[in-house]
Amino acid sequence: MMSHAAYVIASYAVACATVAGLVFWVIGDGRARRRELKSLEAAGIRRRSAEAPGGEAQ
Amino acid sequence: MSENSLAIRKFSDLANPTRFLALADRVLPWMAGLTILLFAVGLWLSFTTEGDYQQGETVRIMYVHVPSAWLSMMCYTVMAISALGTLVWRHPLADVSARAAAPIGASFTFLALVTGSLWGKPMWGTWWVWDARLTSVFVLFLMYLGLMALNRAMEDPARSARVSAVLVLVGFVNIPIIKFSVEWWNTLHQPASVMRLDGPTIDPEFLWPLMIMAVAFTLLFFTLHIAAMRNEIWRRRVTSLRRQAARNAGRESLAP
Repeated sequence: MMSHAAYVIASYAVACATVAGLVFWVIGDGRARRRELKSLEAAGIRRRSAEAPGGEAQ
Repeated sequence: MSENSLAIRKFSDLANPTRFLALADRVLPWMAGLTILLFAVGLWLSFTTEGDYQQGETVRIMYVHVPSAWLSMMCYTVMAISALGTLVWRHPLADVSARAAAPIGASFTFLALVTGSLWGKPMWGTWWVWDARLTSVFVLFLMYLGLMALNRAMEDPARSARVSAVLVLVGFVNIPIIKFSVEWWNTLHQPASVMRLDGPTIDPEFLWPLMIMAVAFTLLFFTLHIAAMRNEIWRRRVTSLRRQAARNAGRESLAP
């Protein structure tokens, strides 16, 4: 039988881990996508809308 | 009338992903800062206020459990509104919003289930019962996972958007079931004590930390959601640029 404090600590630990996981996933995902966009741009591939405004599909 | 059309114009301005990205860049630092500030205050209150005379220290679990449970339902509502946006107005960002929200909603539902279980063991004497409230929230968790799997299974977002929007709307029937399950059926889970027509029935000692944590969690959700939407827009741009590059390469190799 755990003490009450142990249940409280466990709850906050799980909450911390879940929220931290979400935050790091969102930040990491964003960084990876930005890197990909940069490398595509460096390869000279540009969005059509960058040349003709209004032609954006999504 | 003119105010109304201005509001509509503002809303459709957001339909342009480039404008959305610019707006996200501007608001995200502020939202993140405010979220951290609210969590600092909320957590401080969570651990400095008194314990309950019956629940003892375990009342502190409520300060993460209730906001997570609330977010699990609010996130699905955001997805349902987005699904309407996809099907009715064909808003180009609606599918981006629904897709970005699913993993966040799944995480908070998971958190609500785990913290509820950790409170249930010392207070109810059991980790889990298959009562109406717990079961309906578990179904919500499975629906989030199903929607995430569906979104991943279909490569073309344009095609999966409508299918997953229909599924989100069908699943929305679960939200009122979750909310009213504690009134309609005899559950081990207690009925609502904050969102009641006759006002909250809990002591201000617990209401304050609970409210501030709820606002902090809500703000955290919207910060993460906007950031995840931005990521999704970038992801789609990368995909379409790669496709464009492949087409160009194909054309060049065909040319003499």
